[in-house]
Amino acid sequence: MTKPGEFYQRDRTWHPPAFAKDYKTSVARSPQYSLISLQNSVSEITGPVFGHNDIDALDNDMIHNYAQPGEAAIGERIIVHGRVLDENGKPVPNTLVEAWQANAGGRYRHKKDTYLAPIDPNFGGCGRTLTDENGYYFFRTVKPGAYPWRNWVNDWRPAHIHMSIFGTAFAQRLITQCYFEGDPLIDKCPIVKTIPDKAAQGQLVAALDMNASVPLDSIAYKFDIILRGRRSTLFENRLEGN
Amino acid sequence: MVQPLNYLKETPSQTAGPYVHIGLAPGAAGFDIYDQELGWDIAGPNAKGERIRVEGIVIDGTGSPIKDVMLEAWQANSEGNYAHPEGGGNVEDGFRGWGRVITDFETGEWGFDTVKPGRTQGRNIGLQAPHINLWIVARGINIGLNTRLYFDDEAQANAEDPVLNIIEWERRRATLLAKRSERDGQVVYRFEIRLQGQDETVFFDI
Repeated sequence: MTKPGEFYQRDRTWHPPAFAKDYKTSVARSPQYSLISLQNSVSEITGPVFGHNDIDALDNDMIHNYAQPGEAAIGERIIVHGRVLDENGKPVPNTLVEAWQANAGGRYRHKKDTYLAPIDPNFGGCGRTLTDENGYYFFRTVKPGAYPWRNWVNDWRPAHIHMSIFGTAFAQRLITQCYFEGDPLIDKCPIVKTIPDKAAQGQLVAALDMNASVPLDSIAYKFDIILRGRRSTLFENRLEGN
Repeated sequence: MVQPLNYLKETPSQTAGPYVHIGLAPGAAGFDIYDQELGWDIAGPNAKGERIRVEGIVIDGTGSPIKDVMLEAWQANSEGNYAHPEGGGNVEDGFRGWGRVITDFETGEWGFDTVKPGRTQGRNIGLQAPHINLWIVARGINIGLNTRLYFDDEAQANAEDPVLNIIEWERRRATLLAKRSERDGQVVYRFEIRLQGQDETVFFDI
């Protein structure tokens, strides 16, 4: 039995801490004891495997995946694309990427969202896709609107798309949010600012990518996602990981 | 000067927010968009072993149930194999061992049906006790919380489990034990997760 090649220790100073006083909901929802650090066992180096039978080809097109035939979601047409890589820079192929977002007016299709902005009858607000063999993914969608939320009385979320990524192992499981270059609300957002490091915050801001835009159709934003890297078991009898 | 290492940095986590359900469990949240909802059937129809139900609640620091939480479960089959190329061995056709569960929005109660996992290979020597790996996300949780559900009727295996044994405070180990009962002939394990307080559930940095 070889020992599994472990994932690199997660840099908890790069991630937001559980307790962030200015994001008020975190106060009663943050564990107070230290996490117990585990070396990876088979339970952590494995994770669910998905295939093309699990999803539909149109699932990554939020402009159309909830629209009536011949209709389309209202809003600024965008492409969000990028690669899923690990910390070694190696692509993560065939991994599930899921996304959800508000519509162009800043309203979610969720029964708990009661914001004034109307529901778009042709926009569901969720999508999913598998990365290709190079770790590449894309979504077609409309740019989500900013919206107010109850934290301080006048807090507004910057436009964002929630992203969920699996990788190859439960140790790589990640949910994050993708913001958009140039949005002045990013620097004011208490949720963005749960991340202590400005450079780490910047890692969540997708860059306007004119080269990937489709002229007369959609503009593009590039959002690469980095998952934990894994070390090789160089001193054992079987190479694993990178 | 030294040579740069050039590792990339992991993308920072952000909270899943209050509307995680429409993104990751739309069908369970009453939103009909996909033909296939992922994660509703953990074990599949062909899994061997004991069929069980797991039920619980996640409680915040004020003692209130968290009604907008989402959990993911990751477990081995009854023979201790994960459905993964490095998972230890074969699994039954249709066994994925992964599931998603959201709460009742009124009560915060959640539950899922599965099979009881077997013992899995430990990292070094020996076996791990049967357990279900859980990952918990919600509004107000800035980075997903990892914990493990063990079974209170596995006293011998639990006593030998390398992960339970590294928890220095023995009384905290009990926070990871689901309690077995029977209801209408079905085996039900109850697992209450507390985010704060003296009985705070053990969470892991995996």
